[in-house]
Amino acid sequence: MTNVLDVRDFSVEFRTRSGIVKALDRVAFTVAPGETLALVGESGSGKSVTAYALLGLLDDAGRITGGSAMLEGVELTTASPATLSAIRGKRAAMIFQNPRAALNPIRSVGQQIGDVLRRHAGLSARAAAAGAVEMLRAVGIPDPARRAAAYPFELSGGMCQRVMIAIAVATRPALLIADEPTTGLDVTTQAVVMDIMGRLAAETGMATILITHDLALAAERAGRIAVMHAGHIVEDAATATLLANPRHPYTRRLLAATPTAAGDLGDLRSIPGSLPDLRRADLAPCRFAARCDRRLPACDQPLVWRDIAPHHRIACGNPA
Amino acid sequence: MIGNDPVPPALQGPMLLDVAELSKRFPLGKKGFFSGRTPSMVHAVDDVSLTLARGETLGLVGESGCGKSTLVRLLTRLTDPTTGSIRFGTRELSAIPARDFARDPDRARIQTVFQDAGESINPRFTAADAIADPLRQMKGMTGVALRQKVEEAARLCGLPLELLNRFPHQLSGGQRARVGIARAIGPRPDLLVLDEPTAALDVSVQVTILQLLVSLRESLGISYVFVSHDLNVVRLLCDRVVVMYLGRVVEVGPARAVFDNPLHPYTRGLVAAVPRFDGLRDDALRLVGDPKSPIDPDPNACRFHGRCPVGVARCGTEMPALRKFAGGREAACHFAEG
Repeated sequence: MTNVLDVRDFSVEFRTRSGIVKALDRVAFTVAPGETLALVGESGSGKSVTAYALLGLLDDAGRITGGSAMLEGVELTTASPATLSAIRGKRAAMIFQNPRAALNPIRSVGQQIGDVLRRHAGLSARAAAAGAVEMLRAVGIPDPARRAAAYPFELSGGMCQRVMIAIAVATRPALLIADEPTTGLDVTTQAVVMDIMGRLAAETGMATILITHDLALAAERAGRIAVMHAGHIVEDAATATLLANPRHPYTRRLLAATPTAAGDLGDLRSIPGSLPDLRRADLAPCRFAARCDRRLPACDQPLVWRDIAPHHRIACGNPA
Repeated sequence: MIGNDPVPPALQGPMLLDVAELSKRFPLGKKGFFSGRTPSMVHAVDDVSLTLARGETLGLVGESGCGKSTLVRLLTRLTDPTTGSIRFGTRELSAIPARDFARDPDRARIQTVFQDAGESINPRFTAADAIADPLRQMKGMTGVALRQKVEEAARLCGLPLELLNRFPHQLSGGQRARVGIARAIGPRPDLLVLDEPTAALDVSVQVTILQLLVSLRESLGISYVFVSHDLNVVRLLCDRVVVMYLGRVVEVGPARAVFDNPLHPYTRGLVAAVPRFDGLRDDALRLVGDPKSPIDPDPNACRFHGRCPVGVARCGTEMPALRKFAGGREAACHFAEG
């Protein structure tokens, strides 16, 4: 099956007063219809920048410096703003962290869902209002006809996130990017919201990119996991493979630092050092090298991504 | 000096904290004052009893809105309870108005580490100022003695002294968390309330902060009340755990026992919702819906009734009491079996 999204050698830089930040370097991944790919990593690893850059939402300081990103055959990196704005919300939609901040506080949630339907599906105001109620029903909001008139402040965080999902999937996009969709929600609400996203993806064949810092959430909800560190995808494999047989030292470190439902504090290991300064001109080819206990002299050679097994790609000269 | 100040006789005894039948209700507006009707009340904390032994760590878990924060504000005496008692050592604190307790000599014995030190520390204070502030305010320290005490607290928290002159925005997340902890342990409290101390941190940094908290507990003999959303973290750090639902305690017990084998259906749902590496668990335990309203709840109905997968008619007419089970466990459910 052809991929919904095919990203290759995708690089992004930000110009700042203190230098050029090489935020993404040769990021590559694909997402197939119905597939959920999780982008995981710590803050500053470039997960969100990837999403924003793909959808043309970077601020003025940021620009795509290379590579390609094909969404259903359309090249996003060179697309005009008009093309991108026709794609955004229609073929590729995004869910943001903190739904209450992302929703418009002074318009009812029904109107906000209706906006998407009018803009991208060309519905009349009346049809859009009816469609909005349908969408609220689809994301499991009880009494949708009444709730359509509610404002975001009248709804709980979990309800607001469901409204965001309703806005995102109203036009049946081919790709949904969910940026930390459940951060700040209770685990019980998180489970319900993730269930809804999973069900909608299964019903419509929508591809999903799940951006999260929670490895366990990714393990539970994604078929494939791509681990990011300092703007590189360091390892990309099927979830079961990545958990059972992580090969990149950073992935292993990340797993060893994550508390689980078993084990003791003494079993957990922190990751020494911190993310490298991405403004430095002499940034090491492997951005994890300074924190890595498997470093070899060869690690100073240019970084290459290779498949060490079918569908298991890593960027490491000395994999574990 | 490392370790607590000598404990006055009034604070001796095995239990540091003994909370009994504590409630906090907030009135909704002043409507009905002249019409003679009592205003509607938000029952934020309802009939909570718990104990905390010296050197023990008690976890406090539950969804947002379950009353964790209000309970913490009551325990730290930042707000006044409606009814109930808070015994700290041998002293009864519930009758002291929060305004007066702010100037009480025992104020320094109860300290809080707030969530996200980046937000909770004054951005115009350097790390040294932030750590010095409570010592100045509560212990009246100045000059060289203050400086020494600040450096000692920083050292205990693994904060390099050269960072003390930095402002919060110049520190990393982990360093800020250390400032928040150093600030709280500076006055040498007996009770430290930790409100989601690692929620804003990446896992790699979280580990070091949890390890720091364990080592401080051992070296200083502080008791912790640890509030967190992250059940896995609570399990790592806490001896016992209190599970709250809509203002009431629904389950208490040793943390591992409670999470490995929950007695209350709410705890079961909560534990089942935590993402796990071994894949999705069955949907039967999925908690759907939202909690009921905390405004004037039916005093004779289980708060979890309606959302509970077990609930029967009896749950709507008879509030389950917290019953004792083997292994130091308690649960408030008609159907809990130990």
